[in-house]
This record gives sequence, structure tokens and C-alpha cells, in this order.
Amino acid sequence: MRKGPFIIIGVFLLLCLMGTVTGEVRYVLEKAVSICLDCIGIG
Amino acid sequence: MRRYLRRIIQSLSALFLNGYWYFPISRTIYQGQLKSICSPGLNCHSCPAAITACPLGAIQNFMAGIRASVEAARYHFGFYVLGWLGIIGGLVGRMPCGWICPFGLIQDLLFKIPGRKIRIPDIFSYGPYIFLALTIFILPIWVVDAFGYGFLWFCKFICPAGTLEAGLPLLILQPTLYGMVGHLFYIKVAVLFFFFTWSVLASRPFCRTVCPLGAFYSFFNRASLFQLKYHPEKCTHCELCYQDCPVDIKFYESPNDIRCIRCLVCLRESCAFGAISWEMGGIEGQSSRPKTSLVNSQLSLVKKTQLPDLTNDQ
Repeated sequence: MRKGPFIIIGVFLLLCLMGTVTGEVRYVLEKAVSICLDCIGIG
Repeated sequence: MRRYLRRIIQSLSALFLNGYWYFPISRTIYQGQLKSICSPGLNCHSCPAAITACPLGAIQNFMAGIRASVEAARYHFGFYVLGWLGIIGGLVGRMPCGWICPFGLIQDLLFKIPGRKIRIPDIFSYGPYIFLALTIFILPIWVVDAFGYGFLWFCKFICPAGTLEAGLPLLILQPTLYGMVGHLFYIKVAVLFFFFTWSVLASRPFCRTVCPLGAFYSFFNRASLFQLKYHPEKCTHCELCYQDCPVDIKFYESPNDIRCIRCLVCLRESCAFGAISWEMGGIEGQSSRPKTSLVNSQLSLVKKTQLPDLTNDQ
């Protein structure tokens, strides 16, 4: 069985956890719940 | 049913990712906790019905705020979103493009409109990587305002999904916004109609020439857990897989090509000789099946009749 994909998934899982620990989930939520008119070309 | 399976899953995904149907009454976007999760496909989080965050929008927000984040000692580099996309890519490569992305579904449906069809030259396949590097990473970090914040270049100047799912619906829901519409929005609407028109003529033009999300996933196609397998001993080079492929790949030349969106049309519908199969983490999947019952019956007829060896002179 190839080990490469499991290593890749493990590395990115670690990256995802690092982001979660540093509060990035909250940052994503804050940005996604507000309408950024400038970002969609209005205003 | 088998033939329509992908279309059903694409439609259900689009409905699920845009599952906040209370918006015509609330007249605003969904603001619940699900928006802390990024959608696997391109789906604008400013869409009134969207219940998840757009991964490209989220990454750009991180990149645009990276200087301010470092100065404030918060160190937000977008690892959460990049990690999430990397996990998906490591599992299935570009499969979300073929099975989940709502904007991919729209392009697929537009391509069903009968008429003259054209192929997209290979040179355009570099486009998504250029857009990924420039509009998602380099420009949002590099070009900043007086406060150290960058712009969301892809969302602001290009993204036709944002115009379709967020820009136009928000103008309908909140007519007071009309006063804020400028030249940029008209250009974005023109970009949207350009891709709509191109989608009628060619298969998946946005995915193949612009989409940075597909470009990101494509890095994983050859290394992902899910792999398509080619069996050269069964292949007749009939090119049916090439004719049916929405991104014009000759499977027998390049299985798991980085452009492959893993729609599995070649495996499920095109190949009549079992030359394509799939594998995931050491588990072998079924190989391709005959496209029609006619081919099936012809193959079984050949086996049953035990044709004489015509090369034998005796």
C-alpha cells in the first residue's frame, strides 16, 4: 500500500489543527457571516 | 439512475451548501456556526443562501490580513483552510470539482445546450496556477492599504460565482444597494456572461482556465488516496474516454492527470472494455463497464461463439 497519501493527509491534518488552535476558525466565521460588498464588486 | 448519479449528487451538494432558504424573509445572509467550515467547492459565502464559507474567500482574507496579523502577534496564516483543503485533496484529489462544486454544475448544465462545440487550447491550462499564485497569495499580501490590509483580488475583480450567487441576489434583496453599483460590478457581470457563453460552447471553461481552487486540488491528483488505474492490456485506444471527458484528457496517455476533475465519466460511462478501475487506500474498486447493453451483448456473443482462428491456414 502507498504511504504517500497518508503522509500528505497527516501533514495537512496537523496544519488544520495548528490553525484551529491559533483561533483561525473564529476568524473564518467572522469574515463569512458579514457581507463584504467591496469583495463582490459592489461599492 | 447510474447515469444520473453524479448530477443528483452535484444538485444535492449545491442545495445543501446553499441551504439557508429563509433568506427571502430575513433579507440577509446566514450567520450561523456552520460558516466556520469551508465548502469543498467554489461557493461564495456572501450568497444569501450559503451556509458554509468559501475556501478561496477565506484564504484571501488570511493573506490580505497577514501583515496586520503579524503586527498584532496573532499569527493567522490560513493554516486551518489550507489544511482542510489539503486533507480533501489528499483523500480524493480534484473530485470535489466533478461532484460537489455548484459552479461546476452550472457549467455542466450550460454545456448540455445543443449547438456547435469547441475545444479549449492546452495553453489555457496554465491559467488556474497563475490566478492561484497571483490573486490568492501574492497580490493580497503585497498590495496593501494605509492600514496594512490587502484586497481580495480574486473575489473583487474576477469571481463569476460571487457575482451570480452574491452580487446579483443581494441587489434583488436590498434595492438600496443599487446606488453603490459602479463600473466594476458591470465588468464582473460581463465576466459572468462571458463564462456562461463560453460554457455553452466548451466544457468547463472556468475550471480549466481560471479556477484557483481546482488548481490547488490538482497538486494532489497523482498523490491522493483515491487513484484511477489504467489497464493497458484491455485498452483498445477507441478514444471514447477522450470524447466523453469534460476536460479533454486522453486517459490512456495520462491517468490521474492534474487536469482530471475525477467526474469518473470515463470509468462509469465511456470505457466498454474494463480498461479503467479505481483504488482507494489499497482497496480495489470495480473496473469500467460497457457503455450500452449492445456492447455487452456483442462481447458475450464473441465469447460464446468461439470464433475460429482465422490466422490458421489449415
